[in-house]
Amino acid sequence: MFTFLLRRVALIVPTFIGVTVLAFALIRLIPGDPVENLSGERGMDPERRLRLLHEFGLDKPLPVQYGEYLGHVLQGDLGTSLTTHEPVLTEFLTLFPATIELAFFAMIFAVGIGLPAGILAALKRNTVADYAVMGVSLTGYSMPIFWWALLLILFFSVQLGWTPVSGRIAVQFDIPTATGFMLIDALRSGDPGAFKSAVSHLILPSIALGTIPLAVIARMTRSSMLEVLREDYVRTARAKGLPHWQVVLVHALRNALIPVITVIGLQVGLLLSGAILTETIFSWPGVGNWLIHGVQSRDYPVVQGGILLIATIVILVNLIVDLLYGVINPRIRHA
Amino acid sequence: MPEAAASAVSDTPAVAGPLREFWQSYAQNRGAIIGVTLVLLLIALALGADFVAPHPPNEQYREFTLTPPMWDEGGSSRFVLGTDPVGRDMLSRLIHGTRLSLVIGFISVAISLVIGVTLGLVAGYFRGLTETVIMRLMDVMLALPSLLLAIAVVAILGPGLANAMYAIAIVLLPHYVRLTRAAVIAEAGKEYVASSKIAGAGTWRLMFNTILPNCTAPLIVQATLGFSSAILDAAALGFLGLGAQPPTPEWGSMLASALEFIQRAPWVVTYPGLAILVTVLAFNLMGDGLRDALDPKLKR
Amino acid sequence: MPLLDIEGLTVEFGTEAAPFVAVDRVDLGIEAGEIVGVVGESGSGKSVTALALMGLIDFPGRVTARRMAFAGRDLLQLSERERRALVGKDIAMIFQDPLASLNPCFTVAFQLMETLRVHGNERERGSSKLRRARALELLQQVEIPDAGARLNAYPHQLSGGMAQRVMIAMAIACNPKLLIADEPSTALDVTVQAQILALLTNLQKDRGMALLLITHDLAVVAETAQRVVVMYAGQQVETGPVPGLFEAPRHPYTQALLAALPEHNLERARLTAIAGMVPGQHNRPSGCLLSPRCAYATPRCRAEQPMLEGDAARRVRCFFPLDASGHPTRGWRPDSVPALG
Repeated sequence: MFTFLLRRVALIVPTFIGVTVLAFALIRLIPGDPVENLSGERGMDPERRLRLLHEFGLDKPLPVQYGEYLGHVLQGDLGTSLTTHEPVLTEFLTLFPATIELAFFAMIFAVGIGLPAGILAALKRNTVADYAVMGVSLTGYSMPIFWWALLLILFFSVQLGWTPVSGRIAVQFDIPTATGFMLIDALRSGDPGAFKSAVSHLILPSIALGTIPLAVIARMTRSSMLEVLREDYVRTARAKGLPHWQVVLVHALRNALIPVITVIGLQVGLLLSGAILTETIFSWPGVGNWLIHGVQSRDYPVVQGGILLIATIVILVNLIVDLLYGVINPRIRHA
Repeated sequence: MPEAAASAVSDTPAVAGPLREFWQSYAQNRGAIIGVTLVLLLIALALGADFVAPHPPNEQYREFTLTPPMWDEGGSSRFVLGTDPVGRDMLSRLIHGTRLSLVIGFISVAISLVIGVTLGLVAGYFRGLTETVIMRLMDVMLALPSLLLAIAVVAILGPGLANAMYAIAIVLLPHYVRLTRAAVIAEAGKEYVASSKIAGAGTWRLMFNTILPNCTAPLIVQATLGFSSAILDAAALGFLGLGAQPPTPEWGSMLASALEFIQRAPWVVTYPGLAILVTVLAFNLMGDGLRDALDPKLKR
Repeated sequence: MPLLDIEGLTVEFGTEAAPFVAVDRVDLGIEAGEIVGVVGESGSGKSVTALALMGLIDFPGRVTARRMAFAGRDLLQLSERERRALVGKDIAMIFQDPLASLNPCFTVAFQLMETLRVHGNERERGSSKLRRARALELLQQVEIPDAGARLNAYPHQLSGGMAQRVMIAMAIACNPKLLIADEPSTALDVTVQAQILALLTNLQKDRGMALLLITHDLAVVAETAQRVVVMYAGQQVETGPVPGLFEAPRHPYTQALLAALPEHNLERARLTAIAGMVPGQHNRPSGCLLSPRCAYATPRCRAEQPMLEGDAARRVRCFFPLDASGHPTRGWRPDSVPALG
C-alpha cells in the first residue's frame, strides 16, 4: 500500500511541471509584447518598458525565466491582477469557496440521482424504466449546459417564481464572510431567512452543473452493475439466502462502485470547467466567472494563475481518486 | 448442381460481408438508427442551406424585430420560428448554423485526427524518449478540463471562429494520440507486422499501410464522439464570446447575443439551444451505436 | 419419506412460443444422509437442476414441477421469505469456481459471519463476537491451516483449494440437511481435487447430511456416491445404485461415458471419446436426444422419444436398453442401423 501511494504521488510531479510550463508559455505565446500583456499598459515609453522588462525578469534567458517563475509559483506568488491589483492567489482563494460550494452540491445532486437511477436501470434491464433512465441520461450527456441553465431559469424562476435568478443570496441579507461558504456563513448568522435564501440560490446552479455528471454516473453505474450482477459471487450471496436488497446493495454494489468512483472523480474536472459556464449564467461569484472575466478583459496574470490553479486542483483530485480506488479495491490495496 | 450454387451464393457476401455484418449489427440498435438518420438529415440541411433557408441568414427585417414563432400569437408564416432582436429570421439562421456547426466539427476533428494519429504512430512505433515526451504532454493536456484548455488556447490565439476550431482540435488531441499509440503497440507485436518488416516495408509505409488500418475502428468511434464534443465546446466558446463573433449565425453566439430578451422572447434562446442539443445527441447516438457495432469486446 | 422429493422438474428459458427446455421432467429423490451423484457433460442441465432447487433461476427462466418437496415442505408453495430462510441453512450449495464465488471486496470472516447472521441461532445472530468465534471454528473444521490468520484474508489472497474450503465452511455453517456440490473440484489442481472430495465425504459422514454431487467425472461418483443419475441434454437417461450401474450400464450414453474413463480402457489401450456435442437450443433432434451420437441408433430412435422406464431402483430412457453383456436388447436389429457419418 505504501509503495502504491508513493508511486502514485511521484507520478503527479511531471504532470504538475508540465502544467507550469504550459502556464509559463501562455504569456509568451500571446501575440504582442509580453511586458504590455503583463502590465496591462499599452504604448508605454521605452524607458519604462525597459524598467518593467527587468522587473518582470523578461530580459533573462527563457530557462532562467521559467526557473524564476516556478520559484514564485512554489512560494504562492502568482502575480497581481491587472484590474484589481490584488494578488492572483488571494483573489482565487476568496472566490474558490463559492465554486466548491456549487460543485459540491452539483455532485450531491449528480450522485444522489445518478447512482440510484443507474442501479434501477440495471436491475430493470430492458424495461421501460431502463429505457427512460438511459434516454434521459444520454440527453443530459448531450446537453449544452449554458442553455439548460437558461431553460431552468425560464421555467423555475420566471414562470413559477420559485427560485432566484442569480447570485448566492438575496441582497437584503448582509452576512459576514467567515468561511466563504455561503450556507455555513448564513447558518452562523442565525437568520433562518438568510439560510433559506442561500439554499434557494444554490438549487438551480447545482442542477445545471450536475446534469452532465449525473448522466455519466447513471450510465457508468448501470453498465458496471450489469457486469457485476452476472458474477459468481452474486450467485453465492443469493445461495446464502440473503434478502434481495442485501445481495444488490452489499455484494453487487460494493464491487460495481469501484469503477463508478473513478468516474465520479473524473467528473471533478468537468465540474470545474462546467462551473465556468454555470457561474457566468447565474452570476455566481466563483473562480469560473472570475477566469472568464480575466480572459475577456485580457487580465493575463489572472488567466495564467487561474489555469494553473484549476489544473493543479484537478491533478490533486485525480490523485485522491486513485488513492481512494486503492482503498475500496482490496486487490490493489494488498498488491 | 447444388454445390456450385452454394459456392456462388457464398462468394458474393464474402466481398460485402464485413460491411453487411457491420450494418446488421449496427441496425439492431434503435438509438443508433435514430442517430444516423438525424446526422444525415443535418448534413443534407447543411449542404442545402442556401436553398432550404427561406431568408438570407443576416438579412435584417427591421419592422419585424422579435416576431414570435408562427404558432404563437402575433407570429407569421413568413418567419416560421420568429425573428431575433434585429429582425433576422430564426429558422434561416438556425439552418445556416447547422452548416457552421458541422464545419466546425469536421475541421476540428480532421485537424486533431491527422495530428493525433501521427503523434500516436510516432510514439507507439519509436517508443523511448519520443514516446515519453509525447505522452507526458498529453497527460498534461488531459489534466485540464476540456473547456478550460480551449479557453486557455483562445486566450493565446484571441477570440474568433477559426481560433476556436484550433482550440477544440488541440483539446481533442490526447484521445487520438492515446488510442493510436495503444493500438500501434498492440499491433506491432503481431505476426503480420514482423512479416511485412521482413518483406522490406519501410517504416512509414509500415505504419500507415499496415498498422493503421488495424486500429481504425476505435478511431472512427472516437472521431464521431469527437464531433459532438467539438460542436458542444464550440457553442460554449461562442456563448462566452470567445468563439464565433456576431453576426455569424453560430448557435452559441446567437444564444448569447439574445440573452437579454430571454423573458420577452424566449424563442431566441430556446431554438438555438435545441439545435445544439439535437445535433450533439445525434452524434452521440451514432457514436455509441458505432462503438457497439465495431467493437465486439464491448458488446454484451 | 425422502429428504428431497422431486417429480417432473422442468426448467425452460426463452420465449413461451419457442422455449428452450434446459431441464426436462427430472425426478430426483434423496434420502437423509445419502450421497447422490449427478453426471453429465456440460450443457446436460445438471447445474440448472441444482439452481432450480435453490430457487436461483431468474426470469426469463421458468421452473415447473409436479412435486418439489424438501423435508416434507413443498418448495413450490414457499413464499420468497420462507425460501430464503431455507436456502443457505438447510440446503446449501458450493460452486465450481471457488475464487470467483467469493466476493473479492469482503474478507473471509465477513462472508462467513454473514451466513451466520442470517441463519445462525439466536445467540449467534445477536453477537458478532460469537459469530467470529464460530467462523474460526468452521475454518478449522474444513482443515484450513492457520485459520485465525485466514479470517482477515481477502479472497484474492487464497489459493483455489483454500477458497473452496472457505466456500464449504460457509455452506456447512448452519448444519444443512442437504449440501449441493456443483463440480466442487473441477477448477482445482489434481492433487487438491482429491483433498476437497475427501473433505466433503468426511463432513457428510460426520454430520449425516445428504450430499448431491454434480460432476462430469464418473470416477468421482464411483468413489463416493451411493446412487447416480446420468443426465443428457436436460433429461435423465439412467438412474441406479452405484456399483450396479457402473458394472452394467443399461443406457448407451452411460456405456460411452464409462468407456471414456481411462481405467475402463486398459485392455483396449485407446480412449473412446463420444463424438459430437450435447445438442443446444437450435439443434435438438426430434427423436431420442442422443440418437445423432448413439452407436446403436435405429430409425425409431430418430423418430420417437423414449420414456424413462423401470423401477425406483433402476430406470433407463432407451428403446433398446443394454443387457449385461453390453449389447442392445429387445428386438434391436443391427441391420436397421443406417451407416453414420
